Amino acid sequence: MDQSLGPQGLQSRVEEYAEQARDIARSRGYWATVLHRLLRDPVSMACALVLLTLILLAVLAPWLTPYNPSQGSMLNRLAGIGTPGHWLGTDGQGRDMLTRLMYGGRYSLVMGIMPVLIAFFIGTAMGVTAGFVGGWANSLIMRTTDVFFAFPAVLLAIAISGALGAGFVNAMVSLTLVFIPPIARVAEGVTTAVRHLDFVEAARASGAGALTIIRVHILGNVLGPVFIYATSLVSVCMILAAGLSFLGLGVRPPAAEWGLMLNTLRQSLYVQPWVSVLPGAMIFLTSLCFNLLSDGLRSAMDIKR
Amino acid sequence: MLPPALEVLDLKKHFVTRKTLLGKPDRVVRAVDGVSFHVARGQTLGVVGESGCGKSTTARLLMHLIEPDAGRIRLHGREYGNVGGLKPVSELRQRMQMVFQDSYASLNPRLTIEDSIAFGPRIQGQSRSESRQLARDLLDQVGLNPDSFIRRYPHELSGGQRQRVNIARALAMKPEIMVLDEAVSALDKSVQAQVLNLLSDLKRDFELTYLFISHDLNVVQYISDHVVVMYLGQVVEFGPVAQIYEQPAHPYTRALLDAVPAQTPNSRKAHTVLEGDPPNPIDPPAGCRFHPRCPFAEPICAEREPVPVRVRPEQESACHMVAPQSGHSRHLTMIPLTSTLPEEAVA
Repeated sequence: MDQSLGPQGLQSRVEEYAEQARDIARSRGYWATVLHRLLRDPVSMACALVLLTLILLAVLAPWLTPYNPSQGSMLNRLAGIGTPGHWLGTDGQGRDMLTRLMYGGRYSLVMGIMPVLIAFFIGTAMGVTAGFVGGWANSLIMRTTDVFFAFPAVLLAIAISGALGAGFVNAMVSLTLVFIPPIARVAEGVTTAVRHLDFVEAARASGAGALTIIRVHILGNVLGPVFIYATSLVSVCMILAAGLSFLGLGVRPPAAEWGLMLNTLRQSLYVQPWVSVLPGAMIFLTSLCFNLLSDGLRSAMDIKR
Repeated sequence: MLPPALEVLDLKKHFVTRKTLLGKPDRVVRAVDGVSFHVARGQTLGVVGESGCGKSTTARLLMHLIEPDAGRIRLHGREYGNVGGLKPVSELRQRMQMVFQDSYASLNPRLTIEDSIAFGPRIQGQSRSESRQLARDLLDQVGLNPDSFIRRYPHELSGGQRQRVNIARALAMKPEIMVLDEAVSALDKSVQAQVLNLLSDLKRDFELTYLFISHDLNVVQYISDHVVVMYLGQVVEFGPVAQIYEQPAHPYTRALLDAVPAQTPNSRKAHTVLEGDPPNPIDPPAGCRFHPRCPFAEPICAEREPVPVRVRPEQESACHMVAPQSGHSRHLTMIPLTSTLPEEAVA
């Protein structure tokens, strides 16, 4: 621009920049908008903070506690909450509860999140394929998943774990298999609903191929609802994982895992009730946070608000 | 007469709704059953008929959004289809674009207006900046300020604005023919008029040919040059709009025109001409499909299917009464034209 800017020229320049700034502010993509809304939701943020703390505690456990999670002292068995040196007490073998809860998070959080995450990818791929292709592909995929619905989730997890044998990895595999069918079903339902809308027809009329339509028009509308559903499954998965460990099908002792800890502390329920319920409280807290976060995500993703 | 830009010959689509245990078609809906028409370049062809008569199916067949069972689609004399030797459907889709009735369902709720309009050009290989500029230009063309609309989502727009966006989205493909499937039917009257005027302007500016599908006879009369009247998957009458509206030859066309509400109290008509719903296209009546509801039906109508006959220059009608020696006792000229449209509706 030239140097001789009159007051009017300056004015128009200012307006131009203001318009540009407004454009940039508005140009946030969909997911950025969702994140922005989520960051402004106090409940979601509190839950995210709690979960982040739990994850950090689990990851940084060796540096945060002087105790060994699997080595106890018989002298300090079943200490109560508030005992100096063992602020959350000790378990039946005199192991520090705070240490074990921190270490336990490593297994429990991974076992709660990983199966759902893997099932989310596999289930969505299956559901979207079934919903988009339709016809015999739909029948093949959805009838196969229907077989899994014949059994209650808990029973199915136990059955598969039992068949594969006890162990951390096998428990994860069985939990993943349990969660693929429901996620696939949700994904298939949403995809089928979206596929017949006019904007998909319009995209076809523009000459777009199947993969482009799935990427731009289907996934954008399917991932949201499926992701929300998957987040709500994390709490179920944690409880199932705890259940598997409780039954001896998951993590083996002496490893610390919340479900397993709950099992061993069961015997001390009458001696130190408050200490005994601590692992359960951790499962409860984590599940609650995931459920509330899933609710927050649902409203943040509702673009019409 | 101008050479036709779009020619449709004997288009057919039968949907199988039920199969026997052996997989043979048991119940077939004859949604579109031998439809033929043509439209000259730069003209507007109106397609009218009751709901369920196959108007929208015809539109989707033209775009090959559903595959026709039979029939030919010619664009400027060249035939398109998914069969070897014909021009590819992908090219047809680019040269023909469609605007749907439901303005909300035809826009992806997760995409901004800009992304929705730019999607087609991007598919066609245009660069991001080119297609964005095109989206801005087209928004301007359809009467929406690009600066304030480009970043918005469909739910933030009114029905009329959304339909303008849909028109821009179709225009982005630089089509020669636009199929407007009830494109203004969901809009209220004042907005409808604005969009119709916009369509007229765009037709002139972009040298477009329209296929205007609607159940609203007044709107069709306003915008069309020629009209196709459909009944149960077939064309019953075809001709220039003035002739069809003033001298309808087919009893069904007359009944439709009689059903148009009068616009002045003095020209109000007391009688309802047509009674009952159209028969089920699963099991259409034998002979003329209109005969169960036709006031002039005779035994011949239930026996033989009438073929389109030229009534006047450019006007064709499929009725035994207009065909000489058809076996029907009456002839078109013997029946006084009861259909007296008020002056205002014609103007």
